[in-house]
Amino acid sequence: MAKIVIDGVEHEVNPDNNLLQECLSLGLDLPYFCWHPSMGSVGACRQCAVMQYRDADDKVGMLVMACMTPATDGAIISIEDKGAKSFRSDVIESLMISHPHDCPVCEEGGECHLQDMTLMSGHNYRRYDKKKRTHRNQYLGPLINHEMNRCITCYRCVRYYGDYAGGTDLSAQASHHHVYFGRHEEGVLESEFSGNLVEVCPTGVFTDKAFSENYSRKWDLQTAPSVCVGCSVGCNTAPGERYGSLRRTVNRYNSEVNGYFLCDRGRFGFDFVNNRDRLLEPVQRVDNTGELLADDQVKALIKEFTTDGTIGIGSPRASNESNFALRAMVGEENFYAGYSDVEHESMIVILDLASDTAFHSPSVREIERADAVLILGEDVTNVAPRIALALRQSVRNQAKDLADQSRIPQWQDAAVRELAQHERSPLSIISPAVSRLDDVACDRVIEALPVVVAMGHQIANKISTSAPNASSSTEHDEVIEKIAEQLKAAKRPLIIAGNSNGSEVIKAAANIARALHDGSDKSVIDLCLLVPEVNSMGMGLMAGAANPLGAGLEKLQSGEAKRVIVLENDLYRRAAKATVDAALTAAAKVLVLDQLPTATTGNADVILPATAFSEHEATYINYEGRAQLSFQVHQSQKQAQPSWRWLCDAEHIDDLVERCSNELSGFARLREVLPAENPFIAGMKVPRQSHRYSGRTAMNANVDVHEPKQMEDKESVMSFSMEGIPSQKDASVLASSWAPKWNSNQSISKFQDEVNGELKQGHVGCLLIERKDSSGSYFEAAPDSTEPSANQLRLVFSYQIFGSDELSARAKPIQARMTDAYIGLSPADAKARDLRQGDVATISPLGSLVVVCIRTGIKAGTALLHCGDGNISPADFSGLIEVEKSATQTTSRGIGNLIVSDFHEKEINS
Amino acid sequence: MLTLIKDTLTSQVVTLWRVFSHLWVKADTVEYPDVQPYMFPRWRGRIILSRDPDGEERCVACNLCAVACPVDCIALQKTEDEEGRWYPEFFRINFSRCIMCGFCEEACPTNAIQLTPDFEMAEYKRQDMVWEKEDLLIDGTGKYHDYNFYSVAGKKIAGKDKGEALNEAVPVNVRSLLP
Repeated sequence: MAKIVIDGVEHEVNPDNNLLQECLSLGLDLPYFCWHPSMGSVGACRQCAVMQYRDADDKVGMLVMACMTPATDGAIISIEDKGAKSFRSDVIESLMISHPHDCPVCEEGGECHLQDMTLMSGHNYRRYDKKKRTHRNQYLGPLINHEMNRCITCYRCVRYYGDYAGGTDLSAQASHHHVYFGRHEEGVLESEFSGNLVEVCPTGVFTDKAFSENYSRKWDLQTAPSVCVGCSVGCNTAPGERYGSLRRTVNRYNSEVNGYFLCDRGRFGFDFVNNRDRLLEPVQRVDNTGELLADDQVKALIKEFTTDGTIGIGSPRASNESNFALRAMVGEENFYAGYSDVEHESMIVILDLASDTAFHSPSVREIERADAVLILGEDVTNVAPRIALALRQSVRNQAKDLADQSRIPQWQDAAVRELAQHERSPLSIISPAVSRLDDVACDRVIEALPVVVAMGHQIANKISTSAPNASSSTEHDEVIEKIAEQLKAAKRPLIIAGNSNGSEVIKAAANIARALHDGSDKSVIDLCLLVPEVNSMGMGLMAGAANPLGAGLEKLQSGEAKRVIVLENDLYRRAAKATVDAALTAAAKVLVLDQLPTATTGNADVILPATAFSEHEATYINYEGRAQLSFQVHQSQKQAQPSWRWLCDAEHIDDLVERCSNELSGFARLREVLPAENPFIAGMKVPRQSHRYSGRTAMNANVDVHEPKQMEDKESVMSFSMEGIPSQKDASVLASSWAPKWNSNQSISKFQDEVNGELKQGHVGCLLIERKDSSGSYFEAAPDSTEPSANQLRLVFSYQIFGSDELSARAKPIQARMTDAYIGLSPADAKARDLRQGDVATISPLGSLVVVCIRTGIKAGTALLHCGDGNISPADFSGLIEVEKSATQTTSRGIGNLIVSDFHEKEINS
Repeated sequence: MLTLIKDTLTSQVVTLWRVFSHLWVKADTVEYPDVQPYMFPRWRGRIILSRDPDGEERCVACNLCAVACPVDCIALQKTEDEEGRWYPEFFRINFSRCIMCGFCEEACPTNAIQLTPDFEMAEYKRQDMVWEKEDLLIDGTGKYHDYNFYSVAGKKIAGKDKGEALNEAVPVNVRSLLP
């Protein structure tokens, strides 16, 4: 700790940080632009100038940039000094000389860092009477708007997009006051994290295009803390609602999970909530037409389903409470897993490893700290995108070490990058096709899946000879040796795998981690096992190992069970069509609860409308076993209710959480995610609406001039109103941050205990799974028995950030970036089948139509299948497939939206 | 006692005389509505939405009037035409809540919303005091004749390209090497 004096007051600060960061940590107001809490300092904007004095006798002082000056012990500075203040005011005046006077028609207005800083620096009236420079805008795709006139050249966008997120298609162009930030030519921004530009840009150059189409000012959005349901990372979000529709999602800071950034699926995928096809009324099928059900009819029906002979099928995309309510209703032995049997098998392995004391499941922040990473068989960017962004930071740990050796502070961003050049911490990827992380990988092996698994086992064996060895092939010995050495030498090695393609990869990854555990003095090894959906872990913990989906469907087909309740799940995505058809036909009554129509609701006898994530309070468990609470943002439409409310008599979600904690093994700590009981004064609640929320007495006046009573929230500590204790008092219910003088998202520093630290009184979620099993042993290396014949290809499932998730694929902005179902082939395999880029092919066994995508980065003999948005079910395929040219040559979307670096031919027929 | 009677009589006679004498005095009462009072131009009465000198809607749906309104009686939704011009999809004022404070006019960056000298807004049904954009929008510029927001703002709209707003240089050619 160092002691510094700021404006005559002594403060204790961290000498490893710069003055700006420490001033903000202390809660002082100091304007800045180019500095960003997660990107360090470059000293580009000159806005954070303060006066620094040599000693107590120095009355003159010198101007320094706070972001470029270390907080050394004994420093004496002044923020309020007249000279510093007038310097800052002059700087912002010159930054503003070309600003286009369009705040009223700017989407950033009202949450603009530039507006805040201009006010804070005291610049009011324009004195400059010369001409403003103007720029032409670019089309940057369906997600991001570009308005270059507003730019103040802080360089944050290119530093984020290029340096932080690894994008290659956004750059600074031209020079002096002509500097331009854009692509080399108009086109879709390629990075999967481009949406963060909206939050990174301190003004309105990059704005959210989808939000602009349904625009509302920040102060008018009804907001609550939520959790993204796009994948298993569980990033914290703040969705906002206005006039009954969900308008946008922005990042909500969580120091352990997503920090300051989201992926584009998370930011733009919420729109399915507004989908016109939403199921909103309870319906019963009578002679092939739907008949609305009254309340007592629904009650009678549910009662019918509580009798013997009813099974329930859970859902990895439904909350813990809904899954639990169904499980409690049908009984533990009749509750079946809601994912495919292949996934069930690998989930058993994952859950088993989750309680092993040898491993640790790292949070996103911990992943950023890894200094050697091995990704085995998983396409992280498309399965758990936010983790891919964290991995890009982990490779910088080498640069940070080098900086420490040269005594360069780590926040000196440009200097650290200059020093390190291309030095990176090792990241190795072994998988069947190239991935979007390859540009930062030091070793890259593309091999067929069985070889990937075998290589995993070989690496484990190299690290510790007690691990079983797999193959005798010596083809990759050199790289295996190298990876083993890197992992052994690392202080914090990390192994990543996932259950996209079966359990063998996971077993191999676990063996490597166990070998590292045995072969070194490290007590726990980071083993990150990715699962696909938001609550895969939660449902996995509830569904018994003996209750896979297949067994449930079998029970229906054999007549052993007569009725089935399907919870928020499309079974046709989980099991082969023939099996599901047979089971549903055999069942006497099929009850489906869901948000949107699916193939399964098409075969249901009764459909009950379920609320979407933003319409109910719920808990979810992410890939690491972290339970997080997501609040209700807005009221549900018509008769949609949380699934658990249809299924059980519980009054309050807290009761269900309590019951989960008591009755389910592994859920004991779930109750800790609920906010402390009535922590607020005099029973007042936290408002979901800001204190500036407008239009209350006019928004419904076209229907009825008499204002309705404010809707009460009996569930949570929040209210649907402007009144109550502002969330500013308690960050555990902080949805969108705001502080006096700080209207933009940069106000978050006012709620952190220090910059980049935890939120004051905040909640990072709680890790549910207790690690107490120390008896784990190595998995046997199972030899691969499938041998493809001459015209067969090994099938590998490929996931896409846009389209692979069932719900977000129903969001309009995501649909604008989606592709059709496609089959990825190596050039040799395509040539052998006379297929060209963009052709339509049929694949066995069902003859499904897919678009051909020829990529040079796919292992010959392997076919990469992307199932699109549900027209093809992954459950219909396994192991080996045959691909043939199809007579039909028309597709709806084609593969024009696919962004990969290894297209074989440039021209695509789409 | 005598004095009391005398005073009472005097008072009544004087009162009668005064009332009688007013028969010849000019009346103070204004014969409203036959006679309309003079209203000052800056009187804060019925709210209107005005058009710019080119006849286009001035309102850009920035929401500042709504947030300034102390009784929250303005609700609107932004939309945009193909060329980038913002305008309100709907714009509603609940005059049964409006207190004619004029904060909306003060907040308006485009001079679109203005208060007028018209105060005759009584209705038999309260529901009729809810006015939509069609009811609010007038054909003229209102009190401020010259201001055209888009001729000053740097956003491109139909009929006004980048570089054509007030005090703007022609757009930069990013590929040029010239200073």
